[in-house]
Amino acid sequence: MSAELFSLFYQFADVFAFLILSAAGLAIVFGMMGVINMAHGEFIMCGAYVTVGLVNLGVPLPIAQILAAVTAGLIGVVVEFLIVRRFYKRPLDSLLATWGLSLIVTQSMLLIVGSAVRGIGTPEGSFAIGEYTFSTYRLVLFGCAVAVLIGLYIIFMKTRFGVIARATMQNAAMAKALGARTGRIYVVSFGIGTGLAGLCGALYAPTMTLIPTMGATFVVESFVTVVIGGANVLLGTAPAAVFLAMIRMTLNASYGQIIGQIGMLFAVILVIRVLPEGLSSVLVRRGR
Amino acid sequence: MILGRRCGTALLGAIVAVAALSVAHAAEPPLKVGLLEDVSGDLAFMGMPKLHGSQLAVEEINKSGGILGRRIELIHLDPQGDNARYQEFGRRLLNRDKVDVLIGGITSASREALRPIVDRTTTPYFYTNQYEGGVCDANMISMGAVPEQQFSTLIPWMVEKFGKKVYVIAADYNFGQISAEWNRKIMKDLGGEVVGEEFIPLGVSQFAQTIQNIQKAKPDWLLTINVGAAQDSFFEQAAAANLNLPMGSSIKIMLGFEHKRFKPPALNNMHATANWFEEIDTPEANDFKKRWHAKFPDELYINDMGYNAYNALYMYKALVEKAKSTKLEDLRKVIATGAACIDAPEGKVCIDPKSQHTSHRMRLISVGLKHEVTVEKDYGTIQPYWLGEIGCDLTKKNDKDQYTPSHLPSKS
Repeated sequence: MSAELFSLFYQFADVFAFLILSAAGLAIVFGMMGVINMAHGEFIMCGAYVTVGLVNLGVPLPIAQILAAVTAGLIGVVVEFLIVRRFYKRPLDSLLATWGLSLIVTQSMLLIVGSAVRGIGTPEGSFAIGEYTFSTYRLVLFGCAVAVLIGLYIIFMKTRFGVIARATMQNAAMAKALGARTGRIYVVSFGIGTGLAGLCGALYAPTMTLIPTMGATFVVESFVTVVIGGANVLLGTAPAAVFLAMIRMTLNASYGQIIGQIGMLFAVILVIRVLPEGLSSVLVRRGR
Repeated sequence: MILGRRCGTALLGAIVAVAALSVAHAAEPPLKVGLLEDVSGDLAFMGMPKLHGSQLAVEEINKSGGILGRRIELIHLDPQGDNARYQEFGRRLLNRDKVDVLIGGITSASREALRPIVDRTTTPYFYTNQYEGGVCDANMISMGAVPEQQFSTLIPWMVEKFGKKVYVIAADYNFGQISAEWNRKIMKDLGGEVVGEEFIPLGVSQFAQTIQNIQKAKPDWLLTINVGAAQDSFFEQAAAANLNLPMGSSIKIMLGFEHKRFKPPALNNMHATANWFEEIDTPEANDFKKRWHAKFPDELYINDMGYNAYNALYMYKALVEKAKSTKLEDLRKVIATGAACIDAPEGKVCIDPKSQHTSHRMRLISVGLKHEVTVEKDYGTIQPYWLGEIGCDLTKKNDKDQYTPSHLPSKS
């Protein structure tokens, strides 16, 4: 019985971690900043490739993962400077621009690195409870997802940067009038967002096949989580991930992966129909 | 000095000869071969060797004088794994470029997307992949292995070696569904039991739940017919969770070279049957591998589809030369005589007149802890007999259907 219960928790943790890690970066870039970043998956892919490349050069995995996240963040800063900053007032155009970027990046990776890269293997080994065996690394992913949420909470709620960032997102003109350097806030926020995307790729790299289009497997889940989460990253993304993970885990376990996927998208349609502003709108109202 | 002059004369002679040859070729219009292979998108790592195999064959055939003295012109388009683009590009090659033959397609979904378009023309179409079998189509010539060559060898071997309970993970489209049906039929004949079947949408990359379901069902072995890079993540995740079950497959190793892409021991205890693995060690196979790697030194693995794609052009050459024509009906007359054979690197292969599928020399291989590959069994040449037995006879009737064990031709 305890094995069954743990198995349920493990499934939940697995889906939750996947949703949080793939959505965290997008929650800042799309949820807060309003940039529809279609290249989100490519930043994830970038994190994965940098990780594998560094590990193959002999860098220990955790350090490679951190460096990969930093690399994705820095590339994000460059992309913000060259492309994204022109589109803050034109969200639909940001969609086109970043989509184009994503196509270019995917094809360039295919040309430069080739169609398949040798994997690096999952670390940490496995453990057994009852008749089941589990991969320890999956629990590490869950821990990382929780750590990312706590980290975001601290950055955006407890620091001076966080206060100014939130003010900038709410009313850029007013924040600027009060002396905030909004341009810099945008750059840093975008960098944090893409860095988190890179972290997601870095963390999942050891468990997946690396191909240039791998980002696509994360993109639907991340957009879905952010959209039903709503504008507030902290009060939206985490509850959205819990909600979706519960639905997906239950349906996966009883009816298989296809129904799990369909059910999750169906739940999203329902939530958006009832709460057009996402889950966070309710939670924020309750809080007041 | 004299030597130098002689060399110069020889060189001049060679130039003149080449020029004369190309003039002769220019007089005869080239044979247009339309090629549809994915070299970008989700299946690019499998499609790239297919393009390379075709390019190698075209280069060799052109060097040795072409087909009936005509050069081959290869027109390759990349449908990027998109079935709508397969149809669009298929139409373009057939209607606008007026190719003499169409080759390609990777998934069974892409083949089924192409078939209705090819069937409206009188152009022959070569499908170069192993697949779930059953297509009885007068326009199509299948170069890959089919269930009576792959599953009828693999599944009895797995049952004998590991036990009667199997769990199936399959991609959720026609290939996975029909292959699972074949497995059910063969397992039933063997008195085995299918303890679980899971169909997974393409693009799914997370398998914690599947791994748990498998452990709950307690199978003796797994049949893995999951498709594409995302679904291949299963192997890494199963290894990390220490699932440790024997696996059998009709598509792993020889198509996606998972044993080269994943870090050992993710593919340990995988068994597969096919007509070609790069590890096959015969003089003919080694000679073929040498030529391939000389042209494409970066190739990670010469996969079965790439190998079949190479053979397809030689088979087409043999058909055209025997028929002295490029017309489909003339080619089919050659096939009907049973004389459509080539000496492939695996040995002699022939097209079966009734189904237009190819006979193959089948081997079973196993992957070890360090991903070393051993050939366990050589089944010799196996004919693609199933379609003929159930009543598909393209020498008598122009069929266009795909049959499965549960969908047989009506007796009339």
